[in-house]
Amino acid sequence: MEKFETLTGIAAPLPLINVDTDMIIPKQFLKTIKRSGLGVNLFDEMRYADDGSEIPEFVLNRPQYREAQILVAGDNFGCGSSREHAPWALLDFGIRCVIAPSYADIFYNNCFKNGILPIVLPQEQVDVLMKDAEKGANARMTIDLDAQTVTSSDGEVFSFDVDPFRKHCLMNGLDDIGLTMEKSASIDAFEAKAQSERPWV
Amino acid sequence: MTARTLYDKIWDAHLAHEAEDGTCLLYIDRHLVHEVTSPQAFEGLRMTGRTVRAPDKTIAVPDHNVPTTWDREKGIDNEESRIQVEALDKNAKDFGIHYYPVNDIRQGIVHIVGPEQGWTLPGMTVVCGDSHTATHGAFGALAHGIGTSEVEHVLATQTLIQKKSKNMRVEITGQLRPGVTAKDITLSVIGKTGTAGGTGYVIEYCGEAIRSLSMEGRMTVCNMAIEGGARAGLIAPDETTFEYVQGRPHAPKGAQWEAALAWWKTLHSDDDAQWDKVVTIRGEDIAPVVTWGTSPEDVLPITDVVPDPASFEGGKVEAAKRSLDYMGLTPGTKLADVEIDTVFIGSCTNGRIEDLRAAAEIVKGKKIKDGLRAMVVPGSGLVRLQAEEEGLADIFKDAGFEWRLAGCSMCLAMNPDQLSPGERCAATSNRNFEGRQGRGGRTHLMSPAMAAAAAVTGRLTDVREMM
Repeated sequence: MEKFETLTGIAAPLPLINVDTDMIIPKQFLKTIKRSGLGVNLFDEMRYADDGSEIPEFVLNRPQYREAQILVAGDNFGCGSSREHAPWALLDFGIRCVIAPSYADIFYNNCFKNGILPIVLPQEQVDVLMKDAEKGANARMTIDLDAQTVTSSDGEVFSFDVDPFRKHCLMNGLDDIGLTMEKSASIDAFEAKAQSERPWV
Repeated sequence: MTARTLYDKIWDAHLAHEAEDGTCLLYIDRHLVHEVTSPQAFEGLRMTGRTVRAPDKTIAVPDHNVPTTWDREKGIDNEESRIQVEALDKNAKDFGIHYYPVNDIRQGIVHIVGPEQGWTLPGMTVVCGDSHTATHGAFGALAHGIGTSEVEHVLATQTLIQKKSKNMRVEITGQLRPGVTAKDITLSVIGKTGTAGGTGYVIEYCGEAIRSLSMEGRMTVCNMAIEGGARAGLIAPDETTFEYVQGRPHAPKGAQWEAALAWWKTLHSDDDAQWDKVVTIRGEDIAPVVTWGTSPEDVLPITDVVPDPASFEGGKVEAAKRSLDYMGLTPGTKLADVEIDTVFIGSCTNGRIEDLRAAAEIVKGKKIKDGLRAMVVPGSGLVRLQAEEEGLADIFKDAGFEWRLAGCSMCLAMNPDQLSPGERCAATSNRNFEGRQGRGGRTHLMSPAMAAAAAVTGRLTDVREMM
């Protein structure tokens, strides 16, 4: 997993609530057995017309947002299906950070496993950043994970919370499985105890 | 000892490690696997030289991609779908996990197969790379969906890195009125709490109306806990649960059954347990409902009208406008006047035998509306067989329904069962998102009986008029 320390980039505004993972990556693209290559189909049904041509008004099709690395969105972002293809598609497009008032649980977890930072801020602060993002390519935001801050293009600084363990993993690009395997003695001990207490499992 | 909720008890019984910062390793008793969210996880194991730690606790079945047509023995036409199913065939074999391939009569939707085969038991932790894993909470098991990275983590370590959720109690008091089902309960709860109302919580459903439900009804309720944003939904096990589990192929037997039963009987929230959030709904206040928009929280009684977006607040005003535009509906239209093109009965929410019985009771001796497309997709091969033995299949076929083989089918339309742009569907599935059942398709969620009624009249229909 790629490390996440600081990021300065273009933020794309997506002022919708309840953006679900079917919107982020529709099911016809879940047939892959790879993690890569999904960026071209990110937000496919909002981004392309029936004939496959781009819908020019969609934010990621507008020239100033084609290189966006940050997405600013509404409440309950990433609800619905558990498909990790959603963060894979965001990442493959180039999005490394999402800013929203809230996220669905599974999507939120999935982001951290893929080097994407999902930032939670109060609605009124997201509103300010949404307006900032609407300024286009000249408005670059800066995310500093170590300091836990978002700085708008006007220099306004917002602090966010993040779980210390997840922050540590993200900043160091750590593989969860490797970390857990270091605790295999605890797992072995638990398994032995559970086997005697609940042998039917 | 401090009073604990059911969730607290299951959590405590599965805590394999707790770090100083509160990060926990939760041991996983059952890992269910399907073809869509697992290939990258198995590939990860191969690349790192890791193995499956507990293959005997890992159960795989292909369901999302499989055709439901009767000629599926000849193979899958879509190359990508075929590759994905073949990858699961190979992974199951290479890693030695339990497997129900496409041609096995026990194949079906993973959340129907697990309980049916007795893999899901009270007090377990159950995960799957699928958000509707919440279904298994009906047994008093802590069950939730995970992403593919976590699938790989569970395969390799049989644990998950977790932080504990908060406790939420949803109580449905009293009794349901005639024509009201478990689906109406679960949709009504989401209608009240919203799709993010459960975010950060594990829900325990309780109350007389929940206790009165069969196991299949309870599975329908818990299945959609995720649609309310919760990590999991739970119902404390009781005699209904034990009776359902006993005798299933992988349920404990003999002395182990007795030992299991003794523990299962302790699995309930203590009377003075603390709740972070409580929602109470009177069973008598729940009506047969349908969804009108593109979020599962867009729920109204069938007797109501399409709402005016201006009646909402905040971001929901724009969301409702967008929904109505997508759904092709005008505020003020009676829901019962909305004409449909298609009916889909099936899915992990409502693809069990009792669902099919409820739908068959409505269509028995009747015909579906001229020009309508209607299909029944049983949740597993065994559900299909039973429905055929009970004569339900003939009732559906005589009425004009297509009778299919088991799979996820038009719930998410990964196989050829899809809606066309603008096609309007009465569906017993769980999501009415834009494009969910096919690009441009319009989904109204409802109970099997309500979907059956809609098939007969060709419009959204109050099933109570046909009872």
